Amino acid sequence: MSTYSANEMMALAAGRFIKDGDIVFAGTGVAMLAATAAKRIYAPKAVIFFETGGIDPVLEEIPMAVADSRVMHGTCLNSGLIEAFSIVGHRKLHTVAFLGAAQIDRYGNLNTTSLGDYHRPRTRFSGSGGACDVASFASGVITFMQHEKRRFVEHLDYLTSVGWYQGGDSRKKLGLRRGGAIAVVTNLGVMKFNETTREMFLAQYYPGIPVDKIVESTGFPIDVSGVAEATAPTAEELRILREEVDPQKLIL
Amino acid sequence: MSKYPEIAEKLMSLEAAVSRFVTDGCQLSIGGFTVTRNPMAAVYEIVRQRIRDIHLVCHSNGQGLDVLIGAGCVKRVEIAYGGNGRYAPTCFRFRRAVEQGWIEFEDYSNYQMSLRFLAGSLSIPFIATKSGLGSDLLRLQGFSEDIRKQNKVARKKFEIIQNPFAEEEDRVVLLPALTPDVTIIHAQYVGEDGTVRVKGLTFADVEQAKSADVVIVTCEEIVPRDFIRLDPDQNTMPAFFVDAIVKVPYGAHPTACFGFYDYDPKHLNLYKKVARDDESFKKYLEEWVYSVPTHEEYLERVGVPALLSIKANPVVGYAQGLDRK
Repeated sequence: MSTYSANEMMALAAGRFIKDGDIVFAGTGVAMLAATAAKRIYAPKAVIFFETGGIDPVLEEIPMAVADSRVMHGTCLNSGLIEAFSIVGHRKLHTVAFLGAAQIDRYGNLNTTSLGDYHRPRTRFSGSGGACDVASFASGVITFMQHEKRRFVEHLDYLTSVGWYQGGDSRKKLGLRRGGAIAVVTNLGVMKFNETTREMFLAQYYPGIPVDKIVESTGFPIDVSGVAEATAPTAEELRILREEVDPQKLIL
Repeated sequence: MSKYPEIAEKLMSLEAAVSRFVTDGCQLSIGGFTVTRNPMAAVYEIVRQRIRDIHLVCHSNGQGLDVLIGAGCVKRVEIAYGGNGRYAPTCFRFRRAVEQGWIEFEDYSNYQMSLRFLAGSLSIPFIATKSGLGSDLLRLQGFSEDIRKQNKVARKKFEIIQNPFAEEEDRVVLLPALTPDVTIIHAQYVGEDGTVRVKGLTFADVEQAKSADVVIVTCEEIVPRDFIRLDPDQNTMPAFFVDAIVKVPYGAHPTACFGFYDYDPKHLNLYKKVARDDESFKKYLEEWVYSVPTHEEYLERVGVPALLSIKANPVVGYAQGLDRK
């Protein structure tokens, strides 16, 4: 059995959700790895694009930001923010967004703004960027998280990006026409959402990770009744990730 | 006779453009996005001229935003994203200023801010979207009632209405237009006729520029009329929107300028180190801005090896194999 890092497992676990024909909205970090890995391994006909306006770049090198010049090379189109958001919510397209967050709740709502009082926060983060927008418009969102109790919380300090809102059909009632949280991919396993209640449940644990550890690292009760072991990365998946996706080891 | 008679009145030095158009208390927007095409030379000139109380309106301005805030030029900011990619998950001086209560701030999203600039550029007072329904962006106001009475601040952050064209229940968000006093963008080319050409991604530069009263364009090169008019499909903005043109090669450093140079990882890592601490950041400003009166001297300080290392391959647009750790 080959050894692999948490980031490698996360990139592959998220990449496996992507299907041919999907239009994939990528952020920075592990999200960038997952999007690139998905296209090179699982869904060569998926298209990666960035909120900055870069559409279908070749990505010979890993971009360090969504405005990196590397997202502008070999694209089908270089445009801007308004054009990019006309893609995210387009009714003809199945768009899947990769996001990250500081906090998440059981309905997949995300906080990337601040901890403590909004007006005088204990910790200030970057803010929404395009996250609130893609959470509003995309067909679905896959979120990357470090699996810690302080990050999987009962109540967000600030709701930046809406997932399933308050569960059930509450998202639709807000006036959002489609979308919602598809999955949460952490360093320990993969969470999905119940189709009726829209509550998070544990779908997969990574090989060698005890289910108890995941339960203990989650700040709200989580259903583990349907859990299965995730498929470990194959030697070929790891080779592509290491040699083709991020050969400079900037994120891996 | 000027070398460029068509734009002779608009062509000026950085010092002249900033002192003439960027005033204390003005509402300012700057082009670019995180690590790319921030008009940094103009930002440094604003810092050197010690312009104060700026009301900055931005989506994801990264480096330029952080330097302006860190230098004490900004009183108020409307913002979607205060980060700089892998070099600053949250911009350091922005974070400190918010946590310490040094600046007034209000959060929007990237698309919301782009739409607000678009509305300004279309001369309409507000614009509709569905972005943010259910989020705290549309629940919590950043600005107080007093601030809302001030010039160029919207009287309300947003409004949610029933879609007037639908019979069923359907909620829509209205966002107030932005009309900054000044927008500064950095472009690769300006033609001898004043036509602006931005290469790579334009982000929201065009909407930001067209929504502003005054537009300053800094550029890498001024190019012949024949060149800029040969393939006008490539152009970004006609000359009549532009009030000042400043030729500043490497004017976006340490951020990138597609086709010309990459971002400077060495400088961004230095910034990451010094920006966490008030004292070391002061020294950084002294060393890199206040004691460097001209852009030429700034480039001398960056040094030839660094400038060579980030020189873009003009075919792919960035510096291939650059050490970016």
